[in-house]
Amino acid sequence: MGTVARLQMQDVHKRFGATWALRGVNLSILPGEVHALVGENGAGKSTLMKVLSGAVLPDRGQIWLDGQPFTPGSPLHARQAGIAMIYQELSLAPHLTVMENILLGMEPHWGPWVLWGKMRRQAALALAALEIADIPLDKPVRELSVAQQQLVEIARAMAMESRVLILDEPTSSLTQQEIPKLFSLIRRLKARGHSIVYISHFLEEVQQISDRFTVLRDGQTVGAGHTSQTSIDQIAAMMVGREIRELYPRSRRRPGEVVLEVEHLSGPGKPLGASLQLRRGEVLGIAGLVGAGRTELLRTIFGLAPVRAGKIRIGAWLGPGSPPHRWRQGIGYLSEDRKQEGLALGLSLADNITLARLDGLGPGFFVWPSRQADACRFWIEKIPIRCQSPWQPASALSGGNQQKVALARLLHADVDVLLLDEPTRGIDVGSKAQIYQLIDELVVGNPAQGRRPKAVLMASSSLPELLGLCDRIGVMCRGRLVEVRPAPQWTEHELILAATGPADSAPNPPVVRSSP
Amino acid sequence: MSNQPILPSPETSETVEPVLQKGDVGPSGDWRRFWDPGVLGRLLALVLIFTFFAFAVQGGSFYKLRNLESVLRQSAVYATAALGMTMIIIAGGIDLSIGSVIALTGVVVAWVLTLPQSVSAAPAGSSPANYWIHDWPVLLPCLAVLAGVGAATLAGLLNGLFCVGLRIVPFVVTLGTMMIYRGLAKIIAQERPIYPPASWLSGLMDPTLTTQSPQRWMLLPPGVWLLLLAAVVAAVMLRYTRLGRHIYAVGSNAETARLCGVSVGRTKIIVYTLGGFFGGLAGLMEFSWIGGVGIPTTATGYELAIIAAVVIGGGSLSGGEGSILGSLIGALIITVLSMGGQQMGWPRPVQEMAIGAILIGAVALDYWQRRWRRKE
Repeated sequence: MGTVARLQMQDVHKRFGATWALRGVNLSILPGEVHALVGENGAGKSTLMKVLSGAVLPDRGQIWLDGQPFTPGSPLHARQAGIAMIYQELSLAPHLTVMENILLGMEPHWGPWVLWGKMRRQAALALAALEIADIPLDKPVRELSVAQQQLVEIARAMAMESRVLILDEPTSSLTQQEIPKLFSLIRRLKARGHSIVYISHFLEEVQQISDRFTVLRDGQTVGAGHTSQTSIDQIAAMMVGREIRELYPRSRRRPGEVVLEVEHLSGPGKPLGASLQLRRGEVLGIAGLVGAGRTELLRTIFGLAPVRAGKIRIGAWLGPGSPPHRWRQGIGYLSEDRKQEGLALGLSLADNITLARLDGLGPGFFVWPSRQADACRFWIEKIPIRCQSPWQPASALSGGNQQKVALARLLHADVDVLLLDEPTRGIDVGSKAQIYQLIDELVVGNPAQGRRPKAVLMASSSLPELLGLCDRIGVMCRGRLVEVRPAPQWTEHELILAATGPADSAPNPPVVRSSP
Repeated sequence: MSNQPILPSPETSETVEPVLQKGDVGPSGDWRRFWDPGVLGRLLALVLIFTFFAFAVQGGSFYKLRNLESVLRQSAVYATAALGMTMIIIAGGIDLSIGSVIALTGVVVAWVLTLPQSVSAAPAGSSPANYWIHDWPVLLPCLAVLAGVGAATLAGLLNGLFCVGLRIVPFVVTLGTMMIYRGLAKIIAQERPIYPPASWLSGLMDPTLTTQSPQRWMLLPPGVWLLLLAAVVAAVMLRYTRLGRHIYAVGSNAETARLCGVSVGRTKIIVYTLGGFFGGLAGLMEFSWIGGVGIPTTATGYELAIIAAVVIGGGSLSGGEGSILGSLIGALIITVLSMGGQQMGWPRPVQEMAIGAILIGAVALDYWQRRWRRKE
């Protein structure tokens, strides 16, 4: 090898109890490269990151940093050695200002006194090095957007003179417009000789930004190579360990009667005059940029946000409602924010799944835990959810399985209309495939078992997912639902055009076409 | 047509291994959950502390029947109030006003019991009301109980309404009402104890087995029976009813609960109202415990001991965790510690320090046990 690897890991093992979280990881990161680390949830990425950041000690294997043997004993040690982690959940002090955050823990000082002038200069220098101009130094971090907060955190890593920057799902909380900015920043860091480890589920992004990649599966390195010489499909096949046939299943669907009708619905901000019809036995997708009002539309329909104008008709029932009403009317909502809102992570699977429909699990107002467990076990086996017991806390499950638990709640409540907000956000390919299959099964129904087709209204920022799964797709732009068309009449390009829209959208009410 | 199974076929599915083992669910699973290591460990701690004092207190007087009965009687006030506090803490709230509510109850009870005296001070009449009040020794205490517990329940309802309606955090609301209810009690009692005539209410906490009392057939003091009954009702309510599941859900994640159609505000109001109700029952016991007197300054500082009992019993101040059985054990631990310390001749500050150490130890043990189990 001509150049010494910036970071080299060889045959790293880590065991928790009886299970090997890592069993033979090899990783080699060169100076000045963007190295993508991909793998399904539970493949060992987070454990590997914990080893690198010094949070856990490996049981076996060697690590070298710039040719020197390196075993971080604590997070502080790893940080001092120049390894900076930027997690999905940003770790900034929200009440402190930008410059205080950038230099947190290494404030320039004279004895016990902070040298504010010097601090300001250093912070400004750190931001200038990243060519970031639009972040005021004196603003409290909580007043910044998520994208700006992320930049502050990267600036902090640079101020610490990090040699290796590890980004964990950095785009998951960014809007479509902010991602290119992040990518150009990453390229600038690369040009300055920094090594960047880029962890992501989005293989399209990996293809765009990384030079080389390493694939983890079941705690092992199963593949590595140059991104430019490998296709997305090849990487995905390595991740899953098999070819993904038919990621988007599509059985023959027969749209039936209208179960949900929305007319000129407006909320306090968004949506603005949205109209749509949802039929039994179809999947209606909602595309749009982050902030276009997709989530707000679903939440308004579900009664979580106030209605300012317009009508919501559910079957024959007209008028506004609250979540308790909606559940009784046969509508269920899957939140996009699984951790904060979707699940009570401290409660058991059984409690999470049955919470929306506790009646029928005992006489009167009683709820028998054994009946809760039975109901829960039914869905665990049907979906299936990988877990040990219905009484396990939801927090013990991986992201994909948590999402299946959240979905199982709607199935247990046996709702007719499923409002799904980003149903596959942040979960692994295997779980995605299962959820797609499940959605397809739901809208087709099964007359033999007496299961009527259900209706699905689904918001997503993944265009392939929408195009693959939906019968019709509507696009939202600045709070307006601008157009609904049958899915085959859309292309990804057209969807993006409609979502970005002209700056001054037509003021006349949007045209709605329902499927024949 | 979809005759194909809803599950992906085995070769495309990531989950081919069995997802559940036998014995995970069903009554046996529920039973195991009931005796989870947390409750068992606490029971063990209680036994250890008790054994310590049984050996350490001179003459073995600590485990005499008389003393055991005193432990039960003395812990009853804390334990009863802890029932409501457990629900409040599980729902993610806190109630600092409970001590004042206990005092308010006692004062209201005493005030109603003395009503005949003030009535007869008025021109004597032979109205039926006078007859009932003077010549029917059961009715008046019943009225007093209704008024006392009613006032406490109302106080709890107000706590809930303030928290939900004004959207103020419970700590601040109940810190405020703690002062308001205490002041109210003092106004009603005109800042001095009310001495009502003796009635069966004053005997609520009288010892039964160790004296020749007419209540001997009850084995335990009626107040302790009341506590046991209330504890069973509360435990069943929390574990086996819809409201109980909703309380856990609201405390664990209020947003999720709202999304699942749980009326979060209503649940919280109910929980605080129940907290007031159980505080009222505790107030009746306190009234009897201090000798059937309405003292407006009684139960000062009880709120912290009661919260401590719940936390020692496994309640988490961030909500979603806690159990009735645990809180009862917590109340017993606190009582045994303070009584044992007293009989050992420890100065009062030392007793307080011991309780404080147990409190921190219990929470720390919980945390480490959970970490240890996760590592497994």
